[in-house]
Amino acid sequence: MKKLLNTLFITTPDIYLSLKGENVVITHENQQLGRFPLHNFEAICTFGYAGASPKLMYACAEKNINLTFLSRSGRFLARVVGESKGNVILRKTQYRLSENEVESAKIARNFIFAKIANQKWILERMARDYPLRIDVPMFKQVSSELTTAMKAILVTEDLERLRGLEGQAATAYFKLFDQMILQQKDIFYFRNRNRRPPTDNVNALLSLAYTLLASDVTSALETVGLDAYVGYLHRDRPGRASLALDVMEELRGVMADRFVLKMINKKMMQSTDFVQKENGAVLLTDDGRRKFIKAWQERKQESLTHPYLNEKINWGLVPHAQAILLARYLRGDIEEYPPFLWK
Amino acid sequence: MLVLVTYDVVTKTPIGRKRLRKVAKICENFGIRVQNSVFECVVDATQFKQLQLALQEIIDVEEDSLRFYQLGNNYKSKVIHIGAKETFNVEDTIIL
Repeated sequence: MKKLLNTLFITTPDIYLSLKGENVVITHENQQLGRFPLHNFEAICTFGYAGASPKLMYACAEKNINLTFLSRSGRFLARVVGESKGNVILRKTQYRLSENEVESAKIARNFIFAKIANQKWILERMARDYPLRIDVPMFKQVSSELTTAMKAILVTEDLERLRGLEGQAATAYFKLFDQMILQQKDIFYFRNRNRRPPTDNVNALLSLAYTLLASDVTSALETVGLDAYVGYLHRDRPGRASLALDVMEELRGVMADRFVLKMINKKMMQSTDFVQKENGAVLLTDDGRRKFIKAWQERKQESLTHPYLNEKINWGLVPHAQAILLARYLRGDIEEYPPFLWK
Repeated sequence: MLVLVTYDVVTKTPIGRKRLRKVAKICENFGIRVQNSVFECVVDATQFKQLQLALQEIIDVEEDSLRFYQLGNNYKSKVIHIGAKETFNVEDTIIL
């Protein structure tokens, strides 16, 4: 497995990125803030306005460094994409299967199955760890609902029905999300999932976590030579990385939701980390975002044993491992796509 | 792994000063300058070899010298910094 390299985050406004030799140079109003060799990074993520020099973009594309531009609020804006990696045969197989409803459903089924299995495990773990603070019978009931959904998914070959089952399971799971928030209930509460823009603190955190995860998954897919824009569960739409969203489904719960819950329950985020706009949108302050990203990066360094590969890797490499497995399935090396089933 | 690179280039002649500039430039491409002629490079085995070869080509072995200290992967406990100009570690979370 490859080594997990660092990600450079730019959150201060009006920072300009340029290339000097093999280094990325970070400047703010003609003052150099930092200078780092490019080979230490696998991604550069910028939330600022000022931009990057074309020469740096060129170098990033060439070295396969994922350069992403996000808005101040963390919404995805653009990404620098170099020459397509990997081989055409793999990508053609990917496209061919995406045109075929039955084949698509076969893959999509595994994404959703794993998503629900992981959500169920999150609920089970909560019920086990905090039996006195949550409504255990309710958790058990939803958990068994999810089991039923999982069984149904295993035999479904219809994409629409799969989406339906997924939606139902998601509703059931998010119904309990508020209960999993154990601390600072006055400022962190969850009524329903809302976005574009998020209108409460928890949704703001979820949105940012999903954005960070999506960018990790997209670059992982591109690295192994898959086209992140052609998906199986999510339909093709211009500018939407459908396959990244597909693969993300199984990782949302374990990598993003749990992370957000941890940030809240360990009181790592406070009310001062958020600002409310006139239109009701809730955004993170610069400091809040920085804190969140720092914890996210540290989380990626933690290791686990991958349940299918049986190999010790960083959490940050999980999207990469799944991308490799998906590519292997498309190549016909393995019988079925093994989704990430967290234990 | 972290490799510490230090060098001595004799700068009595213009050619020597040119060598010094070239050596510094290559070191900057691989790592971070922590003191005047001291660089900390976080590299893998291949990059380390490339760095060695690139520097070897430039220096004059009769006059100049290069030293590489390999501090391995668990270098964080092996480095202590006292005084001004504390640098970033390229493997820590970098948020600017």
